[in-house]
Amino acid sequence: MTLFLIASIAGQGVVFDADQVDSVVDIGDVVAVPRAEPSVRGLTALRSRVVTVVDTRRALGLEPMPAHVRRAVITRQDGHYYAMLVDALEDIETFETSPMPHAPPGGGAWSRAANGMVVRDGEPLLILDLSRLVPHPTPILA
Amino acid sequence: MDDLLQEFIAETRETLEALSGEIVAWEAAPADRARLDAIFRFVHTVKGSCGFLDLPRLARLSHAAEDVLAAVRDGERVPDTALVDAVLAIVDRIGAIVEAIAAGTPHDDSDDVALIEALSQKPTAPAAPVARAVAAPRIAPRSVRLNVDLLDRMMSGMSDMVLARNELARRLRDDVLDPRVEAALDRLSLTVADMRDTVTRSRMQTVDGLFSALPRMVRDVAAELGKAVALRIDGADVELDREMIEMMRDPMVHIIRNAIDHGIEPPAERRRLGKPPTGQIRVSARQSGNQILIEVEDDGAGIDVARIAAKAVASERRTAAEVAAMTPAEKLKLIFEPGLSSRDTVSATSGRGVGMDVVHANIEHVGGRVALDNRPGQGLTITVQVPLTLSIMSTIVVSVGDQRFGIARQTIEEIVKVRGDQVRIDPVGDIRIATVRGRRLPMLPLGPFLELGQGDPATLVIIATRDGDYALGVDDVLDTEEVVVKPAAPAVMATGLYAGQTLPDSGLPMLLLDGGGLAQAAGLRFHRTAIAAVAEVEEEADAPALLFEDLDGMHRAIPLGAIDRVEKVAADAVHHLAGRGRLVVGETTIALHHSDAVAPTDLASGGEVEVIRLTDGETECAYAIRGALEIIQLPAEIAPAAGAGPILGIAVCDGRPIEILDPLALFLDTAPVGEGARSPLCLLDGAGAAWMDRFLRPVLEANGYRCVLQPPKDEAPAVRLMMEDDTAPGEASGAPVVRLRRERDMAADPDSIYRYDRSALIAAVAGHARRGDGR
Repeated sequence: MTLFLIASIAGQGVVFDADQVDSVVDIGDVVAVPRAEPSVRGLTALRSRVVTVVDTRRALGLEPMPAHVRRAVITRQDGHYYAMLVDALEDIETFETSPMPHAPPGGGAWSRAANGMVVRDGEPLLILDLSRLVPHPTPILA
Repeated sequence: MDDLLQEFIAETRETLEALSGEIVAWEAAPADRARLDAIFRFVHTVKGSCGFLDLPRLARLSHAAEDVLAAVRDGERVPDTALVDAVLAIVDRIGAIVEAIAAGTPHDDSDDVALIEALSQKPTAPAAPVARAVAAPRIAPRSVRLNVDLLDRMMSGMSDMVLARNELARRLRDDVLDPRVEAALDRLSLTVADMRDTVTRSRMQTVDGLFSALPRMVRDVAAELGKAVALRIDGADVELDREMIEMMRDPMVHIIRNAIDHGIEPPAERRRLGKPPTGQIRVSARQSGNQILIEVEDDGAGIDVARIAAKAVASERRTAAEVAAMTPAEKLKLIFEPGLSSRDTVSATSGRGVGMDVVHANIEHVGGRVALDNRPGQGLTITVQVPLTLSIMSTIVVSVGDQRFGIARQTIEEIVKVRGDQVRIDPVGDIRIATVRGRRLPMLPLGPFLELGQGDPATLVIIATRDGDYALGVDDVLDTEEVVVKPAAPAVMATGLYAGQTLPDSGLPMLLLDGGGLAQAAGLRFHRTAIAAVAEVEEEADAPALLFEDLDGMHRAIPLGAIDRVEKVAADAVHHLAGRGRLVVGETTIALHHSDAVAPTDLASGGEVEVIRLTDGETECAYAIRGALEIIQLPAEIAPAAGAGPILGIAVCDGRPIEILDPLALFLDTAPVGEGARSPLCLLDGAGAAWMDRFLRPVLEANGYRCVLQPPKDEAPAVRLMMEDDTAPGEASGAPVVRLRRERDMAADPDSIYRYDRSALIAAVAGHARRGDGR
């Protein structure tokens, strides 16, 4: 049984491994980073720390999130802090994980970031690996 | 007990590091009592601590070394090479055992006895091993060891404190403020600012921490390879973030090993080459802008570029055709590729499959750069440039649109407002050139470049990069601020535009611009200034040129120095008078040249025409073009054009041959080429030398002359060019003088030539040079 944080991105129910989550916040003003890749919405200050804000919808190859979305999951990857924007956050629960029912060849952006699934009240939720959602300078190998 | 042991390990490590330089110095000057004392103190301290901590092996070793050193102190033994080596071996063994204890692994002790025996091999009469308790004065430590993590937490706590203070100040200002509260707040502000300085400085360390281990290493590696190497270290007091020092440790060691192994030749070979038998390695550190430059210079063989290229082909990394198309600089860069070493045989020292590629990768990883200056047969200089990230930086805050950026203050040469006559911005096609007090600079408007706004910049920030200066156009310069720079997330750094991120007192994150990265991303090009000390006054090869599309569709270039501006003129300003094109400018007309492929009447068929306005400061003319493309750097080699005409020669830029337009021919307006002649040196002299350098040099060089602005010591110039109104030359040079006049029609003085009359000039120079040869 692993502890998960339940959230939703673009209408899809997802869960994050609580070990990957540092905290949950509503971010403040965002400073843009010109010419960075599209999923980098910008930088924001979280207490005395500069955090890179990631538009998770764009990271998943979807339409960008509306500007008013401020709720974010803070995660630390390779010594850098990221605020991963989510549409909604629900609850923390423990689940039994199960592998994805099938892996489509070539795989979409969701599959590449997914790390299995859990079932909550009969509804399947995708386990998103935050480290794979964080923008990398080089494309992630599938 | 455990705490004590940890303390002992840390202390011993630290002392060992500091000691290694002392030992080498002692070997060089065995009579130096201060060094001897330092080493003695070390073994004595180790011995004392060992007994206390119950480490019998260490106690035995240090005891033996202490005895011998005591004997040396008393003059009973002479510190010869054998003795120094034996002491060094003991010191090394102590280090190894300490590391083994730290790692909790057993350390083989079978040959401890041999080490101890080596100490007592006395070439002189045996001296009784007297163990005397010498009271070595221990200086109470004035420093403590701190975990870097703790420093990080201190730093981030500090930043929090600053933000909290700012918040408090804002809230208090909303109400009417009691003067007493205000005074207290001010005091708090001062203290906080002070603290922040101190905490920040606590992260800095002199680069000496990196360099202190080098003398010992150089000694050992050189001895192992049978080479004689002298090491010189400069700038050890330059400060660098301590984390960066750790990052630099391995690359430094590798570079130095390489220099000794691959660079410095064996003494016999060096003698044969006429070099002093002892090779020189110079390591220096200096701060340059927001970068630290660490230079390792040797006077060895340099890199055999041809062999590197051959290896790249042999290992099938590159095709022969690819290599053939490479410039020498590109070939040199091949050594940064995995698996390419200039050496054919693997040596124990540096041929371990760890090549320059690893050094390169490690340094790039911390945001640094490696530059090579290869002088085949003379040596190699490796310049490692690492940013001062994580350290405090003085920045200028600029605004573009509604966003702010920081720029490291040291990289800024000057800030100018775009107004008045001093600063002009000219569009050249879709690029722009700024002219600041007569100095032409490539310009990068930050707003459009970062897609933060259009509009013309109101302020230019002149940025000095390693490669050259350029003008960065911003909306406003707001403030200066001392900030703590941290590396940004990889996705942000990958843009190559930013040097890091910071959280200024405003509480809003701010990005720091990387001046060099911006220039690179925007495609600005500079002529790289050579790092190498040039032995003689050489011709400067700095020749930026404007690449444009000519009316006949060809890409041509014209030296930037001759260009006044590029502008669009209405078709009705173009006239044909007396068989040649004229362009009406204000009240006068100037000559308008164009490609022969276009009929004069078709010139302005489009309603307007783009022209390059040329000036030499006195005369103006224009050249009609289809559009400006970009600023390029002309290579030093320009193949002279075979035929007559306004084409000076052909240069290869980015692999494409480009015709270079000769501004001289345009000014002259007629262009029969004089016969080529072979002649050595042409001295451009007098007040007009700068003009000649710009306009005559290309022609003279195209005709096989070399031009200098100052007479070289060892060679007499064959001919000397002066303006007619210059004072008579001193007879020192003895070279015949060709005088140039400004007006076309003048008395027929055989040595006075209209300065745009190329054929007459070449003929006169050739005549003198021939006469000079006949002497």
